[in-house]
Amino acid sequence: MEERSAIVTKGVSLWYNDFRALDSVSIFIPAFSIMAIIGPSGCGKSSFLRCLNRMNDLIDGAKVTGSIKIFGEEVLSTSCDVVELRRRVGMVFQKSNPFPKTVFENVAFGLKLKGIRDREFLLYKVEKSLRMAGLWDEIKDRLNHSALDLSGGQQQRLCIARALAVDPSVLLMDEPASALDPKSTAKIEELILELKKTVTIIIVTHNLQQAKRISDHCAFFLDGRCEEFGPTAKIFGQPDKQSTSDYVFGKFG
Amino acid sequence: MWLFRKTTRKAFSALCFFSASVSILTTASIILFLFFETLEFFKEVPMTEFFLSTTWSPLFEKKEFGIWPLITGTLLTSMIALIVALPTGILISIFFSEVVDRKYRRLLKPTLELLAAIPTVVYGYFALVVLTPFMQNFLPNLQSFNALSAGIVMGLMILPTILSISDDSLQNVSHNLRLAGYALGATRLQVTFFIVVPAAGSGIFAASVLGLARAIGETMIVSIAAGQMPKLHFNPLEAVQTMTAYIAQVSLGDTPYGSLEFRTVFAVATVLFILTLILNFLALKLKISLNSV
Amino acid sequence: MRFGNKTATRRELIFYALCLIVTSFALTALLITVGAIVASGALKLNLDFLLGFPSRKAEQAGILPALLGSAYIIFLVAVVSVPIGVLSALFFEEYLRNGPIKKMLDINLKTLAGVPSIVYGLIGLQIFVRTFDLGRSILAGALTISLLILPVVVIASREAIRQVPGSFREASYALGATKFDTIWRIVIPFSLPGIITGSILALSRAIGEAAPLICLGALTYVAFIPDGLFSPFTTLPIQAFNWISRPQPEFHQNAAGAILILIILLLIVNSLGILIRLKLQKRLNLG
Repeated sequence: MEERSAIVTKGVSLWYNDFRALDSVSIFIPAFSIMAIIGPSGCGKSSFLRCLNRMNDLIDGAKVTGSIKIFGEEVLSTSCDVVELRRRVGMVFQKSNPFPKTVFENVAFGLKLKGIRDREFLLYKVEKSLRMAGLWDEIKDRLNHSALDLSGGQQQRLCIARALAVDPSVLLMDEPASALDPKSTAKIEELILELKKTVTIIIVTHNLQQAKRISDHCAFFLDGRCEEFGPTAKIFGQPDKQSTSDYVFGKFG
Repeated sequence: MWLFRKTTRKAFSALCFFSASVSILTTASIILFLFFETLEFFKEVPMTEFFLSTTWSPLFEKKEFGIWPLITGTLLTSMIALIVALPTGILISIFFSEVVDRKYRRLLKPTLELLAAIPTVVYGYFALVVLTPFMQNFLPNLQSFNALSAGIVMGLMILPTILSISDDSLQNVSHNLRLAGYALGATRLQVTFFIVVPAAGSGIFAASVLGLARAIGETMIVSIAAGQMPKLHFNPLEAVQTMTAYIAQVSLGDTPYGSLEFRTVFAVATVLFILTLILNFLALKLKISLNSV
Repeated sequence: MRFGNKTATRRELIFYALCLIVTSFALTALLITVGAIVASGALKLNLDFLLGFPSRKAEQAGILPALLGSAYIIFLVAVVSVPIGVLSALFFEEYLRNGPIKKMLDINLKTLAGVPSIVYGLIGLQIFVRTFDLGRSILAGALTISLLILPVVVIASREAIRQVPGSFREASYALGATKFDTIWRIVIPFSLPGIITGSILALSRAIGEAAPLICLGALTYVAFIPDGLFSPFTTLPIQAFNWISRPQPEFHQNAAGAILILIILLLIVNSLGILIRLKLQKRLNLG
């Protein structure tokens, strides 16, 4: 199991100053699959996600210990190139956050950061990413319109396309559909299922039905610890721990 | 390419750092230069004379260096300014936050804030050429240079400062606090005066302290309209000289740089600096405690 | 009217009337001040006055040297204080971590903003005129005014930078941007409209300042056009001050004329600022 995993974490703990947000989390996440992280609010789901691309570095007073290996490379070591890491590990946020620029500029942002200027190539990549995000047919005539003119669901898919444009091997999604209506949510879920052919996806979700619908594996977090992880069918069928069963069968949360 | 980008990054952060250090250097030079020249001044003039004598005549034959006339001149004009601006500013801010519709407030507030954008020579002109002759109609004893006109006009100048800070602090008073008042059967006026204004008290106080600091530091209005008469009195109808007006007078004259007479300017500026510093610190502290409520 | 009963009691009406009177008093004062200037200065709005040189005879005097002096000063102050101000604001908001040092620098900045302008004049005299030996030149004047408005520019720019949503920064970092990339491509473009508004406000203050330049020894009688950075100079507010200080009413009229032109200059600079801001905002929305 561990050998075929895209991501392996060992004893990952996270402190915000004196507050311990994560307490030795050790899990593996298999490649080309969807791992859902579930748990009640404040259990550390999002914090854990942010450890994987070191977004916690941006917060004053945050400190991570333990080991995170993504395709065999240690993420937490000082020799890790954070910029390179974040290109390989894309992220989509809870609230869609397109830049107030054109659709094209949004998708091309990460490529331009790499210093790519060739217009033909940029156009090719923008089209490809928008196609992957299932957005191309809807907005191919509006590449030069402001991204803020798109609907909420389209904005979120644009953010996904923006993350895909730099060819990440892992995609982190932090409750990507929680602010969307059911129809847009369905589209996003469809998209996620399609994407697992090319990237490994870790999705934090509050919605148990969603986790059940789309994920291959599931991890249940409680109070900063990972209580249990395994195949989704098992977590939602016969979980090992009482707390997991209480949560997935709706006793709390 | 990579090396180039790395150099750019380093150079840029260094540039930001050096820019930020300009502010520190400014503070350091203010303190250094003021205190150095003041120290030189006190080598020749005893501190006791400076703080105890009541005559200021460094530019005359018989030199005396008592700063009190300049201080009273400054306080007289600034106090008049505060007497004009404080009630006006508070009433207007109450009017804005408790009475007027939001859409009028959005129009009126920026209009009144234009008062802060007017160059101070304009106020000086207004005080000397318009206000003083007008007031002489019913105040025959009013001299053509006087503390009153300068003070009133300076009140207009600091009005926006007082208005916007006290408006902010009134806006900060929570809706719940007001509702609690109404729930106890208070009228709107009672809610305003017994609940909202006291709750915004420290903000209003900060506003007046900041307004006072600005009035004390103002130069052009008092140079133009208040006169150049360093005399110890509290009669608003007569001419006075403020600390700032004295500094301007010496700068405009032909007092040689480096002479004792010129050093007086730095001694006066040090007093002015310390006075405004204390007031600004006080206002800062009041505003910080206000924000943390 | 916000809440409470609809019908006002008599006491309330009296209080509101008082408020209304005071508000209109302040508005009237503003109107009269500007009106008095326009009434007296409008006669002076002709080419002879605009292109003339100072003179002992009030009716022959003009303001060309002062106008050009003010223009030079605004230009130099903008070139010096805006870049330094924006860069230090970036240092504060993007590089400096929260902590005692940031707090100290913050207090320093707010204190500097409250130092009387004439004190800046004396410091400018010591640093630029004496220590750097720049003389009573345009350069020394512009540098002094730049120091004076720097805190205002920094405070306004910091405010504008803080308005850039954290989610934009996060998105940029998550795409593998470095801090420099994020500042260059996200923070600066999106805070620019706010920075420009703040800078224009600060520059407006610079245009009207006279006290620090008086300390530096800007001349009050300049009968020539300044011909470079090291030329002696005068500015509109100083020229106006000079004319006000004379006893003859004819000179007072000249002062009103100079002030009117100063106000027109202020309006021009402010509308330019608004135009630039609108243009930038439009471009931002389109990308």
